[in-house]
Amino acid sequence: MTTLTSPRGPRDGTEGEGTKAGPPTPGRTLRDRLPARLRRLSLPYLLLLPALLLELLVHLVPMAVGIFMSFKELTQFFVRDWGAAPWTGLDNYATAVDFDAPVGEALLHSFAVTVVFTVLSVGLCWLIGTAAAVFMQENFRGRGLLRAVFLTPYALPVYAAVITWSFMFQRDTGLINHVLHDQLGLTDTRPFWLIGDNSFVALLTVSVWKGWPFAFLIVMAGLQNIPKELYEAAAIDGAGIWQQLRRITLPSLRPVNQVLVLVLFLWTFNDFNTPYVLFGKAAPEAADLISIHIYQSSFVTWNFGAGSAMSVLLLLFLLLVTAGYLLVTSRGRRSADV
Amino acid sequence: MAAPRSFLWTRRIFLTLLTGFVLLPVYVMISSSLKPLEDVSGSFHWLPSGFTVRPYLDIWTTVPLADYFMNSLIVAGAATVCSVVIAVFAAYAVSRYTFRGKRVFTVTVLSTQMFPGILFLLPLFLIYVNLGNATGIALFGSRAGLILTYLTFSLPFSIWMLIGYFDSVPRELDEAALVDGCGPLGALFRVVVPAAIPGIVAVAVYAFMTAWGEVLFASVLTNDTTRTLAVGLQGYATQNDVYWNQVMAASLVVSVPVVAGFLLLQRYLVAGLTAGAVK
Repeated sequence: MTTLTSPRGPRDGTEGEGTKAGPPTPGRTLRDRLPARLRRLSLPYLLLLPALLLELLVHLVPMAVGIFMSFKELTQFFVRDWGAAPWTGLDNYATAVDFDAPVGEALLHSFAVTVVFTVLSVGLCWLIGTAAAVFMQENFRGRGLLRAVFLTPYALPVYAAVITWSFMFQRDTGLINHVLHDQLGLTDTRPFWLIGDNSFVALLTVSVWKGWPFAFLIVMAGLQNIPKELYEAAAIDGAGIWQQLRRITLPSLRPVNQVLVLVLFLWTFNDFNTPYVLFGKAAPEAADLISIHIYQSSFVTWNFGAGSAMSVLLLLFLLLVTAGYLLVTSRGRRSADV
Repeated sequence: MAAPRSFLWTRRIFLTLLTGFVLLPVYVMISSSLKPLEDVSGSFHWLPSGFTVRPYLDIWTTVPLADYFMNSLIVAGAATVCSVVIAVFAAYAVSRYTFRGKRVFTVTVLSTQMFPGILFLLPLFLIYVNLGNATGIALFGSRAGLILTYLTFSLPFSIWMLIGYFDSVPRELDEAALVDGCGPLGALFRVVVPAAIPGIVAVAVYAFMTAWGEVLFASVLTNDTTRTLAVGLQGYATQNDVYWNQVMAASLVVSVPVVAGFLLLQRYLVAGLTAGAVK
């Protein structure tokens, strides 16, 4: 088996030992083996080719184009022929980060809103998802049904679910104000939910409602991997259920949580669908998430150059955060192993 | 071991509240879709004053919902099939072979997941428009353009999940098939794919849901004839009025296929996540 392993293979280091067996070829000369070997070496690349081409076409090339465009003065006049747009160097970036001028100030504000929103949303999603998964770890009557119910927000198409929330948040015809004002009398007037400061609360509510089932799903899957013997041993040692939760369940979930939190963070930070369906093309200031903000800057005011510069800045930020996060968590994991 | 009362009560209260929170919009959707227009134009009421199925008949004529439905079905269906097939090949290569550039590939593919969609939207929009002008290949506004775009959205996640799933299929199985004279593709389709069906189903469900629910690209890259449900549903809001009962009826109609499919296949999805994502 090892005779057929590519000499380059082990250097890659990800898979360790030779990963496949071909038909055994004892006693052949190098010349005989070469074509088969060539074929074998190129096979993985052939298998990857479609995926590679698509990634190239829809992600990597557009990304390069996006970076290129961010150095150009790309306004609506140049949409038909963006190559002809004048080169402006770093002007778009300068405009985006000039926090004293309106464009930069608005971007900074939107960024701050997005950070606060993301932290709150991810935190709540994680908390609710973990609690639900832990509470449903053991079997009880109706558990299967409840699990199906809990996964519904995840399965519902975003626009159908968010449009329903937007109906519930309507000032005059919505359920929220009916309950708060008409039934409970908690508010003197009917507050607006989709404009003004309350819009942040509305957006957060919808985002958590939509996002927590994913955390639930992942944590549930993670819980299945914890060996039952751990709990049994702990129970024999006299640990109560809360202690088991703190000493066994939560530490065992750590690797799962590290991936989960990162994925939730990226999805929430980049979320466009929820604010777009909830508020339309222009979100209220208090809920002006960055992706909507960039969309607004690009497609509504038709300044693609500035929009691209903002996208690139956003990407750099996400790259930095992700790299930092991976660095910290992998170090934590290593020291935990010792 | 019997759980203490404090645990049972916390659990009961928490799960009840959570069920209420989850089902509230579902209740609003269903109940409002059965109300006459007067009922949804005034203050909200938990119980409808009248009961009517009129909204379900009207949704098809207020906007061309059937056309949108068809567009969504074609786009999401095609994107799902292509994305699953391509992901199977790619994941097989990564799971079973050692080759140069493997890490670069997996890291690149995975990291595209973290990029904001808005970053690709502007350039893709310009590329599609300019490509159309230069070569006559109409990607902008066409279903093909949207299919192409969507199929890459689910691809990174699908590849990632399938790698994990394929890794959990014992290597000896396809090695035996190779020894028995199968080619690598034969081993893939006769041994690895059948053993990994739950993972493949999970990936397909995910890909379909992603495409069915996407809003951003659908709103920019489609035109009047290729509009999907995500964009079309906003047509129930006219200048003066929003036909909320029809909006809710239409939302329910477009949700039923995905929710039903998802709930039917959720066991596979959870199994797929267990093998793939949680590693």
